[in-house]
Amino acid sequence: MQAVITATGLTKRYGETLAVDGIEFSVPGGRTVGLLGGNGAGKTTTIAMLLGLLIPTAGSIRILGHDMARDRFAALARMNFSSPYVALPQRLSVAENLRVYAHLYDVRHPERRIAELAAELDLTDLLERPAGQLSAGQKTRVALVKALINRPEVLLLDEPTASLDPDTGDLVRSWLERYRAESGCTILLASHNMGEVERLCSHVLMMKKGRIVDRGTPAELLSRYGRDDLEQVFLDIARDRVREPAA
Amino acid sequence: MIHPAIYQSARRIWGLMYRHLTLYRRSWPRLLELTYWPTLTICIWGFTANYFTARLGSGGAVAVGFLLGAVLLWEITLRSQMGVAISFLEEIWSRNLGHVFVSPLRPWELVAALIALSAVRMVIGVLPAVLVAWVLYAYDLFAIGPVLILFALNLMAMGWWVSLFVVSLILRHGAGAEALAWSVLFALTPFAAVYYPVSVLPAAMQPVALALPASHVFEGLRTLLQHDTIAWGHMAWATGLNAAWLGAAAAVFMVQFRVARERGALLTIGE
Repeated sequence: MQAVITATGLTKRYGETLAVDGIEFSVPGGRTVGLLGGNGAGKTTTIAMLLGLLIPTAGSIRILGHDMARDRFAALARMNFSSPYVALPQRLSVAENLRVYAHLYDVRHPERRIAELAAELDLTDLLERPAGQLSAGQKTRVALVKALINRPEVLLLDEPTASLDPDTGDLVRSWLERYRAESGCTILLASHNMGEVERLCSHVLMMKKGRIVDRGTPAELLSRYGRDDLEQVFLDIARDRVREPAA
Repeated sequence: MIHPAIYQSARRIWGLMYRHLTLYRRSWPRLLELTYWPTLTICIWGFTANYFTARLGSGGAVAVGFLLGAVLLWEITLRSQMGVAISFLEEIWSRNLGHVFVSPLRPWELVAALIALSAVRMVIGVLPAVLVAWVLYAYDLFAIGPVLILFALNLMAMGWWVSLFVVSLILRHGAGAEALAWSVLFALTPFAAVYYPVSVLPAAMQPVALALPASHVFEGLRTLLQHDTIAWGHMAWATGLNAAWLGAAAAVFMVQFRVARERGALLTIGE
């Protein structure tokens, strides 16, 4: 399958600090790939470079066939992003916030699209409420609706179910699985929820100290480390507990 | 038929404008802030002008024309400058820059939206003051005639390039530089020859004054009120200087925007 996201020799240096150290990866179209790693591993820096918010010190990125150094706006129109660490204006209602992004992404029939997404993510009753009056979980769902407003072909999700209760988290994960299956969207997912990664991701990139230290399908990683779940694999990597590959 | 790229660009600019206009619709203190200071300023200067008219007679009346016209026109620059800088700061305060800059919005579209917003803010802010000057002090700014449009456009343009420098500083130094959004033009006021001719300034200050478009506009205003002629030379200087300063400010903004992308400041910009 053709790669939709390709990072080659991607490096980010802040002075003496090497935040991302020459990583290489590609994400095939229509797949969900997990980007895992502890705090400071370089996940957010990598996502920021993929989004064009951060200029790499070295290396290149191609998304949907566009070189992000030269032609990022063509790719950005077909992508979107969600993170609980970036807020939406608090005084605007949910619907007003979504209208802003419908304009920015040139969405046709914005009211219809907003109503459709709000119904699917159970936000219809909240559309007229100011974003600042929402609970953390509601804000996370609104951020997800914002990320889906332009029917993205590439979706970068930074902890998309953070602060959601288990029931809503499950609803969102089911919705993402369905959206990917129906639209063929390519998803890069940074998460600390290993259950979520096992469920959604066909492939996982494990980051540590700015490098990709391991990669594979969740089953391959479990087998390689002889573990029952990805959380244990994560801990093995984070704490340098190198295990002999299981026989 | 509008070219799709132009339509999409216009829609992105409108999207950002819609975000801010909605904010004003929902926040009366913000609306009040727009009108309060220009109106208060014209009230204070209007009473001062009335006092001088009573003391000096007809000579005082000419001075009143200079003074109130200058106060109102300088407010155009102040409101235009603050309009751009404060709208940009609103994005930082709401931690929304990350979303805005991962959308297809081009940096120049952001600047265009901020400039259009500043024009709206300027009209909302200055028109009540113009009305107060007319009702309370019988001073009609529009009596200046069609050249008022040229004066206003040049003064707005000066507000825009000054604020582009301020926004560049905020991109470089974070919200710590936000005090400049309110104060930077006050520092330029002595050089802008708003209330007095450039010739009264010390010789060393005059080149600085003549490098500012506003000083040429206000020299033009005084020439018009005194001799009833339009000083086209001053208007040409004001327009040319604005073009040069706008170009320089846009270049500095683009460099600082790139530096902010290199430093990761678009996600972390704050204190």
